[in-house]
Amino acid sequence: MSSRARLLMFAVAALAIGVFFAVACTELPRFGGSAHPYGYRVVAAALDHRTANVVSSVNFDVRAFDTLGEESILFTTVLGATLLLRLARDERQVAAASEDVLPTTRLFGAVLLPISLVVGVYIIAHGQLSPGGGFQGGVILATGLHLGYLAADYRVLQRVRPLAALDVADSLAAASFTAMGLAGLAAGGAFLRNVLPLGTFNTITSGGMVPLFNAAVGIEVASGVIVLLAHFLDQAVETTGPRE
Amino acid sequence: MGVWPYLAAGWILLVALYGMVTSRNLIHAIGCLAVAQSSTYVLLLAVGYRDHGTAPVFSDLEPGSRPLVDPIVQALVLTDIVVGATVTALLLALTIQLRKRHGTVDPQALTGLKG
Repeated sequence: MSSRARLLMFAVAALAIGVFFAVACTELPRFGGSAHPYGYRVVAAALDHRTANVVSSVNFDVRAFDTLGEESILFTTVLGATLLLRLARDERQVAAASEDVLPTTRLFGAVLLPISLVVGVYIIAHGQLSPGGGFQGGVILATGLHLGYLAADYRVLQRVRPLAALDVADSLAAASFTAMGLAGLAAGGAFLRNVLPLGTFNTITSGGMVPLFNAAVGIEVASGVIVLLAHFLDQAVETTGPRE
Repeated sequence: MGVWPYLAAGWILLVALYGMVTSRNLIHAIGCLAVAQSSTYVLLLAVGYRDHGTAPVFSDLEPGSRPLVDPIVQALVLTDIVVGATVTALLLALTIQLRKRHGTVDPQALTGLKG
């Protein structure tokens, strides 16, 4: 298909989507309005389960089954990237060269690496109390580790990330989410049902299972993102194909 | 603001689709897909917004003292972001393999099948 015909087809389709979408928008509830029937119910459910952060309560209590699926997507992505980016027959692995960095960059990395790790753990641990949780804290932990790559070089990053252990941690964290769900079933309730005491509102032990789910997801996201980035960095730094 | 926030989401989607249709580079197309996905964030957050509302976090907020924005759509956006990031990662990995096997990242140059 010529690019002109392609553009013409797109113009027709875009016009149709645009018109129907605009008409549908006029039927939506008014922007900024106060009618949020599900919102009301979920706030009541979160307060009932003594979880101060309602978004965490939605993700790990009301919609925990959904989050299990989301967590499986993350797990299979890491698996898929590992498969796609493995060393092909005609490729060789070469050791990364040592790089020079500015002393100020090195200082910046050395100061911020421990801070970002502490912030990541804090965000995961306080997911039921303040904005944040397993997904957000896990990403902070994973990116914090890559300060080693920015402020030193690739060989330093390889020393601070035990990839084999992280692979296992990723799988164990993914499995533990299901195992905790089965605990609800074993206790005579339903899959992913809360079986722990709810604790005191607005303390770190409140929310029943929510902090545990947060921790499992935090470990999975952190190790998953590190493994994922490791495969991409390997491609850029260490792998040479037949053409190069 | 009336209906404009919803329409902005539709506009972002159409701009991203235009980018994907005219793209001559798969990395660029993946960027456009990420933009298309961000239109869903705009739509979801526009649905959940409430005038004079605050964040649905009760760590320093008396329950019932202020109106809250809808926490459900916020949780949906969180899911959306995670899925978007993972899809982008897989597509980028596929693009790396394409570049290795076919020597090009131009989708219009990829015509024949190759074992």
